[in-house]
Amino acid sequence: MHHFTPISALVGGLLIGSAAALMLLLKGRIAGISGILGGLLHPSKGDASWRALFLVGMLSAPLGYLLWTGHLPQVTATTSYRTLVVAGLLVGFGTRLGSGCTSGHGVCGLARRSSRSIYATLTFMLAGAVTVFVTRHLLGVSP
Amino acid sequence: MSMKRSLSSFAIGALFGIGLIVSGMIHPQKVQDFLDFSGQWDASLALVMGGALLVTALTFPLILKRREPLFANKFHLPTAKEVDSKLLIGSALFGIGWGLGGFCPGPAIVGLVSGSTAPIVFVGSMIVGMVLHRVYHDMRNPTS
Repeated sequence: MHHFTPISALVGGLLIGSAAALMLLLKGRIAGISGILGGLLHPSKGDASWRALFLVGMLSAPLGYLLWTGHLPQVTATTSYRTLVVAGLLVGFGTRLGSGCTSGHGVCGLARRSSRSIYATLTFMLAGAVTVFVTRHLLGVSP
Repeated sequence: MSMKRSLSSFAIGALFGIGLIVSGMIHPQKVQDFLDFSGQWDASLALVMGGALLVTALTFPLILKRREPLFANKFHLPTAKEVDSKLLIGSALFGIGWGLGGFCPGPAIVGLVSGSTAPIVFVGSMIVGMVLHRVYHDMRNPTS
């Protein structure tokens, strides 16, 4: 799927940014998905319900898409389950150790001009690009 | 928690999820095509990031001028300032996993309701990774 989709990408980005802005305006919080989920695994008192409701909202998005288009969004992963398990462990552990992911550091942290988020974003972008280079072009294991 | 607050959490999550679907970020291969600078680079996701940042970079400074958020009595912002090895190593591990699977946390969670099993495998494993981090954290900080 080497299709450049600038309009949908931009519109999607504007929606994501709007959600992050509403999160800060209404609730005073950073819309960082790994932090919201991670905090739910070990919640402090009174801190669990907003996290759960946010995640339920995220899960309802495909149903909204279904009502609009008549079908669920397609997620086509060609990666083996074994690779997905390793990838999941790395993303889960890494986002907690590094205090954020694409949303918390990339979308929210950069907007706050947090130097930690700038370093984090550059690091995960570079690590992701090196990983794709190695798996696709050196090992040839990933499509 | 009031109805207003509950509803806003749900609605913001739904808006975020719709954005992820529309943007194309829920397609792992598209994410990997974006990270593939030596192949046929798909720049789409740079526009996702750019579009999101356009909104947040313009609105965050204005919102943070307020004394408090609309539905809460204070802002909950990260307080850490130091760029330390945990931040960099954690981000590098995340990046490796992101490149391997093409999933970051948000799109994978939305993908749970897609009929595809890949996001279910990934999210299950991601939660295990988060729990392992907690165990590791507690071992290194036994008093906290």
